[in-house]
Amino acid sequence: MPEAPELEKYAAHAMEDIEQGTSLWRDAWHRLQKNKLALFGGGFILLLALACFLSPFLGIQSYEEQNLTLGATPPSAEHWLGTDLLGRDLMARILYGGRISLSVGLAATAVSLLIGVIYGTLAGFLGGKTDALMMRFVDILYALPFTILVILLMVIFERSLLLLFMAIGAVEWLTMARIVRGQVLTLRRQEFIEAAEALGLRKRRIVFRHLIPNVLGVIIVYATLTVPSVMLLEAFLSFLGFGVQAPMSSWGTLINDGAKAMEEYPWLLLFPASFFSLTLFSLNFFGDGLRDALDPRASKD
Amino acid sequence: MSVEDVSNPQGTGLQQSSTLLRVAGLKVHFPVKKGLFSAVKAHVKAVDGVSFTIEPGETLGLVGESGCGKSTLGRAIVKLVRPTAGTIQFEENDVSLLAGGQMKAVRRGMQMIFQDPVNSLNPRMTVEEIIGEALDIHRLAGSAQARRNRVRELLKAVGLNEAHAERYPHEFSGGQRQRVGIARALAVEPKLIICDEPVSALDVSVQAQIINLLQDLQRDRSLAYLFIAHDLAVVKHISRRIMVMYLGKIVELAPAQIVIERPLHPYTQALISAVPEVDPESKRQRILLSGDVPSPINPPSGCPFHPRCPVAEARCKVERPALREISPGHWAACHLA
Repeated sequence: MPEAPELEKYAAHAMEDIEQGTSLWRDAWHRLQKNKLALFGGGFILLLALACFLSPFLGIQSYEEQNLTLGATPPSAEHWLGTDLLGRDLMARILYGGRISLSVGLAATAVSLLIGVIYGTLAGFLGGKTDALMMRFVDILYALPFTILVILLMVIFERSLLLLFMAIGAVEWLTMARIVRGQVLTLRRQEFIEAAEALGLRKRRIVFRHLIPNVLGVIIVYATLTVPSVMLLEAFLSFLGFGVQAPMSSWGTLINDGAKAMEEYPWLLLFPASFFSLTLFSLNFFGDGLRDALDPRASKD
Repeated sequence: MSVEDVSNPQGTGLQQSSTLLRVAGLKVHFPVKKGLFSAVKAHVKAVDGVSFTIEPGETLGLVGESGCGKSTLGRAIVKLVRPTAGTIQFEENDVSLLAGGQMKAVRRGMQMIFQDPVNSLNPRMTVEEIIGEALDIHRLAGSAQARRNRVRELLKAVGLNEAHAERYPHEFSGGQRQRVGIARALAVEPKLIICDEPVSALDVSVQAQIINLLQDLQRDRSLAYLFIAHDLAVVKHISRRIMVMYLGKIVELAPAQIVIERPLHPYTQALISAVPEVDPESKRQRILLSGDVPSPINPPSGCPFHPRCPVAEARCKVERPALREISPGHWAACHLA
């Protein structure tokens, strides 16, 4: 039983709801604000991104400045997260690596989202032979081994971060396209799509007003899963020598280096790995919160 | 002589100035294919040569078993499925020939109410957005204020209140959702509404409310309905004429009272005997049909009903009965009628 003031609050809220028309996004923002975990996740990512991208201006040591006499030291007042084997400040390296990991993660996910959602929606909506041909093309790309594809790209073109984004994005959109197409296929048989057609809505409006908003939940969840897998892919490519090269760093390379030295200098693994997992947790919380916030049915109040 | 040769099976003697909807020889065949590039193997003849008319302000009931093509017929009229052959004339326009802007204009004249109250409303839009979209697309509300007022007016017309405008579909009961669907259809002020089993997913008590609402709206706005259902009791209550479909074809078409009291086609007789009766003293004979509805891919020769017909004769196997006017306004497709 809610207390009396509680009830008043509900009543006031209900009044407010009746008085003003609310859009999907404003509603979603209201619901997101109530989800503390999602807010925390979103806030953490925002802070981390700020710290990473502003790190050159924060007055901390440069990521490539070596101090060979110092060597690997545990965390201290001067080096908060310790130093690595070459005496480089670990915090600076983590923040610098975050720039690359976050931008690869977010940019490649954005690329894969953009291509995957449009491609999948078109295939599912158009149906028939177009759909079959489009999806067979996806199958063919799926069959190409990713590593070989990237190596080929790197051999043909110069090695660059931009190419890395594109290579990863070009692979990740395939799954997205399949997922979205499947969702659209079930959705377009629903009667509200037929009702929209019977009202005389244009195809484009049906796609953007009725189809895509109803696929959003799945897209968001899958996107939050894509970001970490992209970051891991980047680490893997860097390990093979196709991604980020020393003295530059990314979380993937830091974790990789830390893993080699973890018995003697555990902090070299512990700190980059903690940043990595905290980021992934936050992304997942934020993604979950966003999905619930965008789905009117999920709110239980 | 086949069904599509029959021109304009008219209803009762009541003649109105202009016919609202005239369907002639309508066929909807769906190709059956296997694989990506292989040829069409066969056709599902969902609607196979159907002709009828609807007058302004009248209700034509359409009954038949599931799979007989009645929903496909309704969807073909509002062009949600493409007809294979035949014409659909709505007022002066042949719907099957129109596209783009002209089609959009015709769409204003006819709307559809759907069976499933859960799936027929976009779960991510509020009621105001759902109804408002219908207004926007045909530019029926000049200002935001006019749009607001119109939405609230429509909600009142279907028995909901203003506060419901801000809510999402999942916050309503089945009957209320169906009311929202009706309000959406009414928003564009149509002359004809295709009701595709609008009450079969609802509780019996709610069914009566929705039926009454539909009748009130018809009286106030002189709407015409094509009322599709599989329940004869519901159709009898609301319709002026009843049309019975079997395997994509019309088997009987007559004023409601006559179909119920003096059905001519053995299939209609079986359907009517299946309607439960309140009076326990009633000693009515139930006609039980044996077997299932044959596949519409490969319908039986002659009369499509002959394998299940209790009175079938030799010629029913070979000769397809035409839909003929047995008595004024009473059409049936049976050799024995």
